[in-house]
Amino acid sequence: MSEDAKIKVTIDGKTIEVAPGTTILNAARQIGGEVVPPAMCYYSSLEGSGGKCRTCLVEVSKGSEKDPRPMPKLMVSCSTMVMDGMEVKNTTSERVLEARKGVVEFLLINHPLDCPVCDQAGECHLQDLAFEHGLSKTRYEFKRREFEKVDIGEYIKLHMTRCILCYRCVYTANQLTDSREHGVLKRGDAAEIGTFIEKNLKNDFIGNVIDVCPVGALTDKTFRFRSRVWYTKPVDAHCECTKCSGNAVLWMIGDEISRVTARKDAYGEVKEFICNECRFDKKDKSQWTIEGPRKISRHSVISANHYSKEIPKHTTLLNKA
Amino acid sequence: MTRKLLLEHDHIEGIRTYDVYRKNGGYRSVEKALKSMSPDDIVEEVKKSGLRGRGGAGFPTGMKWSFLAKPDGVPRHLLCNADESEPGTFKDRYLMEKIPHLLIEGMIVSSFALGANQSYIYIRGEYMYVLQILEKAIQEAYANGWLGKNILGSGYDLDLAVAPGAGAYICGEETALIESLEGKRGNPRMKPPFPAVKGLWQRPTVVNNVETIAAVVPIVNDGGDEYAKIGIGRSTGTKLISASGNINKPGVYEIELGVSVEEFIYSDTYCGGIKNGKKLKACVPGGSSVPILPHYLVCKTAAGEDRLMTYESLADGGFESGSMLGSGGFIVYDEDQCIVRNTWNFARFYHHESCGQCSPCREGTGWMKKVLYNIESGKGKSEDIDLLWDIQRKIEGNTICPLGDAAAWPVAAAIRHFREEFEWHVKEPVLSQTENYGLVSEKSFVTETV
Repeated sequence: MSEDAKIKVTIDGKTIEVAPGTTILNAARQIGGEVVPPAMCYYSSLEGSGGKCRTCLVEVSKGSEKDPRPMPKLMVSCSTMVMDGMEVKNTTSERVLEARKGVVEFLLINHPLDCPVCDQAGECHLQDLAFEHGLSKTRYEFKRREFEKVDIGEYIKLHMTRCILCYRCVYTANQLTDSREHGVLKRGDAAEIGTFIEKNLKNDFIGNVIDVCPVGALTDKTFRFRSRVWYTKPVDAHCECTKCSGNAVLWMIGDEISRVTARKDAYGEVKEFICNECRFDKKDKSQWTIEGPRKISRHSVISANHYSKEIPKHTTLLNKA
Repeated sequence: MTRKLLLEHDHIEGIRTYDVYRKNGGYRSVEKALKSMSPDDIVEEVKKSGLRGRGGAGFPTGMKWSFLAKPDGVPRHLLCNADESEPGTFKDRYLMEKIPHLLIEGMIVSSFALGANQSYIYIRGEYMYVLQILEKAIQEAYANGWLGKNILGSGYDLDLAVAPGAGAYICGEETALIESLEGKRGNPRMKPPFPAVKGLWQRPTVVNNVETIAAVVPIVNDGGDEYAKIGIGRSTGTKLISASGNINKPGVYEIELGVSVEEFIYSDTYCGGIKNGKKLKACVPGGSSVPILPHYLVCKTAAGEDRLMTYESLADGGFESGSMLGSGGFIVYDEDQCIVRNTWNFARFYHHESCGQCSPCREGTGWMKKVLYNIESGKGKSEDIDLLWDIQRKIEGNTICPLGDAAAWPVAAAIRHFREEFEWHVKEPVLSQTENYGLVSEKSFVTETV
C-alpha cells in the first residue's frame, strides 16, 4: 500500500499512521505499551469475535478530521474502525477507566475467584485485568453462578463456573473445524457454553479452544492439577506434523514435557493453531526439536522461576541461625 | 372527537376478513401506489408526512427508508417487527388481531416503495393465535391477487411470510431479529454495518414496527401533507397508546399526537381517570424501559407547561424531569402502588430477557434485580441505593444493544424521583411490607435545555 493511503490516528497523545480499515485496538497495538486497551473477547484471527466483554471501551474525543465531533458513547476499540484524524483517549480518560472498572466488576461478580486451585492462574487474562483495573473487595453479596464440571472431549474439561462468555471458543470451534458442535446455550446470566448433548468433541483441532480461553474454563485434562504454570519452563520447539505447522511451546518440568501449547503473542493470541496430536500425544522429548527458551515477559509470574539468582550467604537462614 | 386513521374500522363486524375489509376501503393504497406512483414517490410522501418509528426510538421513517442501500442485483428486504414484548405495550397485538389486512396492505405498499420482493413479518412466539389470524389474512390476500406475481398487472412481485420467534424480548432489537430470522441465536449484532447496508442474509434490509407500516396506508391514501397536518411540530399523525394500570378504562387508544397527558388520563374519551377516585402517584408513559415520572411531573413539565402526548413534550427536561413517548405503553400508578416493587418487577424482566452476550448487561441486570429484591423485601441497606445507582450507570451506554439502557433507565428514574421511598423501605423494613409510602414530595428542577 502506498504511503498516502495511510490515515492518522492519535491515541493518548501518541500519533500513528495506519492502513484504512484498521480498528482502534489494532492501531493501539501498533503503537504498543500503555495505550493498548485490554481485550478479553477479541481475537484477531477469529472472525466475528470482539465487542462482547466491553473491557476495551475507549473514548473517541474527535471523530475524524472531516467530522471532529466527539462520539457521545464510549466505543469498543476492537470493532470501531479508525478514521483519518481521529483522536482517542484510553488511559487518559477518567470515563474510560471508570467504565472499565465497572466491566471488571461485572466480570468478577459471578467468577468463583478460585485462582489458588485454577490451572490458568499465572497466565489468566482475567487475573491480569482484575489486578490492573479491579477493586480489592467485592460489593456483590449474593450467591455466585455455579455449574457442574463437564467433560466435553477426551482431553478437555469445561468448568463453566469460571467462564466469562467471551465466545472465543465458539468461534474457534466453528471456524477451525468442519462441524458446528460447540455453542452457547440459554441466555442472560444463565447462558453457558456447551455441546448440548454430552457429546465428545472429536476433531483434530478442537484442543485450540483451551488456548483461546482467557480464563480457566477450558483446561487441558492431560495437564490439570499437575503443576502451577510458573513451576514449568517454556521452550520453543517444533516437530514434523502433517496436520499443522508443528510450531509449539513445550512446558517442561525437568526433562519431562508437562504440556504442549501453541505459541502466543504479546496479547495472548495464538497465530498458528496446532493439532490435537501435537498438543496431547507428543509428550516425549524425542518427538520434538527444541529451539530454545521461550521469551516470556519479564513481568509475568511465569518468568519468576527461570532466572536463578545466587542468594548472598549472609541472608540464608542457616547463616542467621 | 379525534381522528382515527388506523383504528377507524375496528368496531366493524368481520373487519378481520378480506371481504369486509375491502368493502370498507381496504387495499385502496395498493391500487394507488402500484398504478400511479413510483417507489420514490412513496418514500417522498412518507418523508413529507413526518412519520416517526412507532416502535420506541421515534426515528423518522422516511429518512430510514432513504438510507437503504440499493446495490445492483442484490435483493432487498422489508421486515415487520411484530415482536412486541415491552411490558405495558400491546397496541400491535390489537391492530393485528382486529385488522390484520391493514398490516398486510401496509407491507405491500412499503415493500413496493423499498423494492423488496420478499418481506417477512417477525412475530413473537407468544402471539401464536395472532400468527394464525395473519396467515389466514395473507392467504386471502394471495387469493385475491394482492400478493404473489405481477400484482395488479404492474409487474411487481411480492411474497409475504410470517415467521414466529420463540419468545424473546431481545429479538425485538432489529439485528437480533435478523439473526433469529436467519435461524440463529437471537443475539444483537455489532453495528456498523447497519441493517440498511447489511441486514438479512447480508442484504440491505429495513425493519419497521407494525404500527409504522400500518401508518403508511393512510399516508399513501391521503398524501403525506394531509397526515402531517395532524399533531404538533415534529410529532405528526396519530399514535396507538396501550393504556394500563390503575385507570377506569384500560385499553388501546388511537390519539392524535398533541393531546395533553391530563386529558388522556382523566377524560372519558380515553382512560377515564384513576380507579376508585385515588390519587395519581406515578406514570410510565412509553413502556417499561422509559423513565418513570412522579405525580407532579406527569401533567406538567418541570418548566410548568402542560405536558402533551408528543415525542418532544414527554421528553421535555431530558431524563432529569422528563421521559419518552417510547412505544406508547402508558402505565398509570395510583397512590397505593409501591415503586420499589415495580422497579424490581421491571428489573426482573430485563434480567430474564438479557441475551447474555455482553458483560455489563448479562451481569448487571441480575445484580440490580437481586439488590432491588433485598430492598423490597425489607433486607436492604442504605448503601444499596447508591450501589444500584452505580450499577445502572455502568450498564447504560456501555452495551452492544439498547437493552442495557432499557434496563438501566427505569432503575435510574425510580431512584432519581423516588429516593425517599427507597430510603423509607430501608428504614422501615417491617412497615414497608404491609403499607405503602404514598406520594413522594415535590422537587424543583433547574431546567436545562439539552
